[in-house]
Amino acid sequence: MSVDILMPALSPTMEEGTLSKWLKSEGDKVASGDIIAEIETDKATMEVEAVDEGTLAKILVPEGTEGVKVNAVIALLAEEGEDASNVSVNDPATNGSAIEAEAPAPAPEPAPATMGHNSANLVDPDVPDGTSFTDTTIRDALRDAMAEEMRRDDKVLIMGEEVAEYQGAYKVTRELLQEFGAQRVIDTPITEHGFAGVGVGLAFGGLKPIVEFMTFNFAMQAIDHIINSAAKTLYMSGGQMGCPIVFRGPNGAASRVGAQHSQDYAPWYGHVPGLKVIAPYDAADAKGLLKAAIRDPNPVVFLEHELLYGESHPVPDLDDYVLPIGKAKIRREGRHVTLTAHSRMVGFALKAAEILAGDGIEAEVIDLRTIRPLDTQTIVESVKKTNRLVTCEESWRFMGVGAEICATVVNEAFDYLDAPPARVTQKDVPLPYAGNLEALSLPGTEDIVAAARAVCKGM
Amino acid sequence: MPKATKIAKGPLKGATHEDIKEYYRMMLLIRRFEERAGQLYGMGHIAGFCHLYIGQEAVVTGMQACIGEGDQVITGYRDHGHMLACGMDPKGVMAELTGREGGYSRGKGGSMHMFSKEKNFYGGHGIVGAQVPIGTGLAMSNKYKGTDRVCLTYFGDGATNQGQVYEAFNMASLWDLPVVYIIENNMYAMGTSVERASAETELYKRGISFEIEGEEVDGMDVMAVKKAGEKAVKYARSGKGPYILEMKTYRYRGHSMSDPAKYRKREEVDDIRSHRDPIEGLKGQMIEAEIATEDELKALDKEIKAIVKDAADFALESPEPDPAELWTDVLREAEAV
Repeated sequence: MSVDILMPALSPTMEEGTLSKWLKSEGDKVASGDIIAEIETDKATMEVEAVDEGTLAKILVPEGTEGVKVNAVIALLAEEGEDASNVSVNDPATNGSAIEAEAPAPAPEPAPATMGHNSANLVDPDVPDGTSFTDTTIRDALRDAMAEEMRRDDKVLIMGEEVAEYQGAYKVTRELLQEFGAQRVIDTPITEHGFAGVGVGLAFGGLKPIVEFMTFNFAMQAIDHIINSAAKTLYMSGGQMGCPIVFRGPNGAASRVGAQHSQDYAPWYGHVPGLKVIAPYDAADAKGLLKAAIRDPNPVVFLEHELLYGESHPVPDLDDYVLPIGKAKIRREGRHVTLTAHSRMVGFALKAAEILAGDGIEAEVIDLRTIRPLDTQTIVESVKKTNRLVTCEESWRFMGVGAEICATVVNEAFDYLDAPPARVTQKDVPLPYAGNLEALSLPGTEDIVAAARAVCKGM
Repeated sequence: MPKATKIAKGPLKGATHEDIKEYYRMMLLIRRFEERAGQLYGMGHIAGFCHLYIGQEAVVTGMQACIGEGDQVITGYRDHGHMLACGMDPKGVMAELTGREGGYSRGKGGSMHMFSKEKNFYGGHGIVGAQVPIGTGLAMSNKYKGTDRVCLTYFGDGATNQGQVYEAFNMASLWDLPVVYIIENNMYAMGTSVERASAETELYKRGISFEIEGEEVDGMDVMAVKKAGEKAVKYARSGKGPYILEMKTYRYRGHSMSDPAKYRKREEVDDIRSHRDPIEGLKGQMIEAEIATEDELKALDKEIKAIVKDAADFALESPEPDPAELWTDVLREAEAV
């Protein structure tokens, strides 16, 4: 019986990929461990090794096919003694997706470059009228922000694990090495505590380093330098020693990577005077706020989200798009309940608002964008209008961002509240690995809808 | 008219008489300053932690004699001597110890957290070992900017057991960074002796697996420190990378003012004080070599006492910081973008 060769998942977040090259032809003998094809994922180009021995009988997905789903049958392998000209797919369940992706797909049409009419994406007041937009992934928006700032100021450099020759563990630093050279795009050893301290020294020495953590989970090794060395020194030196540095990298839950690689650190860093903390949701904010962070004379913690890197959003075609730090954005206007969120939770809040609209509940969605300094004015003004509040975050409830927002609203808009505020958060457990438990633990659209309905009960 | 310069012979060989007098003067200034700081602490004018440098004066004095304009200095929390040796004003240092407006950090840093951008002194760090990667980063900024400046990074024997020190060693050697690591081995990390804390007690060897050259130096002899320091600084400045100097030294006082020092015998302290004291040692050599007379040195002592008294007076007269200072220097204003 022939063996199905399936499209492999080559990263925790990969759902589909491009079959860029076949290295074996039909009729070739294949031994276990031979490289048979190259696949491009959202992060990198990877080689696919054969698991079984035999003859490559039939290639079902030609070179250059984009959007091949994980687990689709891409080829058939005839086993020893089998007639390679007469083989067929064993698992018909996977066959459909293989056929679907058979022809190289045409490049997708770019989305119409308008934001204004979309109520879920109100145009940023910082974008001039008549500006055109280009759909850009968050990954590339971050990259463009760094590249633009590096062109603008030769004091800006980037350092971290795999940022240079590997082109970034998540490809966020793609091609920066080629443009700026090894002096400014610096691969470090795996040594977070050490290179965070070295980064602080570079900033004390008058440079503007960007320190990439492969994930913020690893920055736990370096948190002493982020807080004790970077955040506090300006104060302790009576204003002499500024520390212009950006600590950036993916933060929050990834996908099925377990407790040590999945955590939202927004409340941790948000707690610390002397730091600015940014957690953008879309590509335009990612770009405009990262540029602002690099220019800021203070230490900035810039929290990205691994699961958002590949998402595309319109980014304004402006030569120098810099957004103000500390300003939230109302992404959807509404009059019945205020939903606050940052990073990936903004997307869920927008979806929840859509669903709630069907119930006649008009939710106002505030994208916090900056965690510290928090734009409390926008939140309080909104609650004064809606009289109800649901905070949404991927971190734990206890002492979370939502706790701070609720306390602020209770202090500043107590008389306006028609219901106790609700908080949507991760469950109070380390993030489990099992798919069902992970889903139970993480907050999503349904949790927000349920919380909003509860606070709007009797409205 | 050019002044004739006398070059010393014997144990003081190689330095001018003026230089030697300056080393003596600096060591004495540090000692008298620290004695006064200890006194002010006892009187309740200085609070919190206060780590005195008494006994270790030759290390920073000798090393600072090896560097020039633009070279950087960074150290841990036993930092008063380093600041004085960097040329910082004793008044500003003492007023920081008393938490007053006239202090280097306007009273907001204290003993362990003082800086002078002007004198290239980058602190003053309260977390054991944290200054080592930061100093390495300062050295890296020199290389990035294409200058030939060197960063002197001081830390104690206790810090040599912190992981980040080795992370920094690795990067400094990997990237040939111009940093001199000065281990001030005063034999005790707070109350734990080197023997009780370190598997390898010869700390200058700690760079071997990073291919960093290391050397053991008599840290109670300012001339020996200077000789080793010159070699190390020259090495780092020439682009060859980092260098480690282990200074065998000793602190006479406790770890901090609140340390009863029960972990060592009084005789041990007395023995070192009477046989290896860096100031008394140099004094004897100077008199023997006729570089200075007893009377000259007495006059110098008087002069230094006056400087320290002025510093103490200033530190007590300077007002406490304005309450409005509570809210300043948390963040720097961003330039308009």
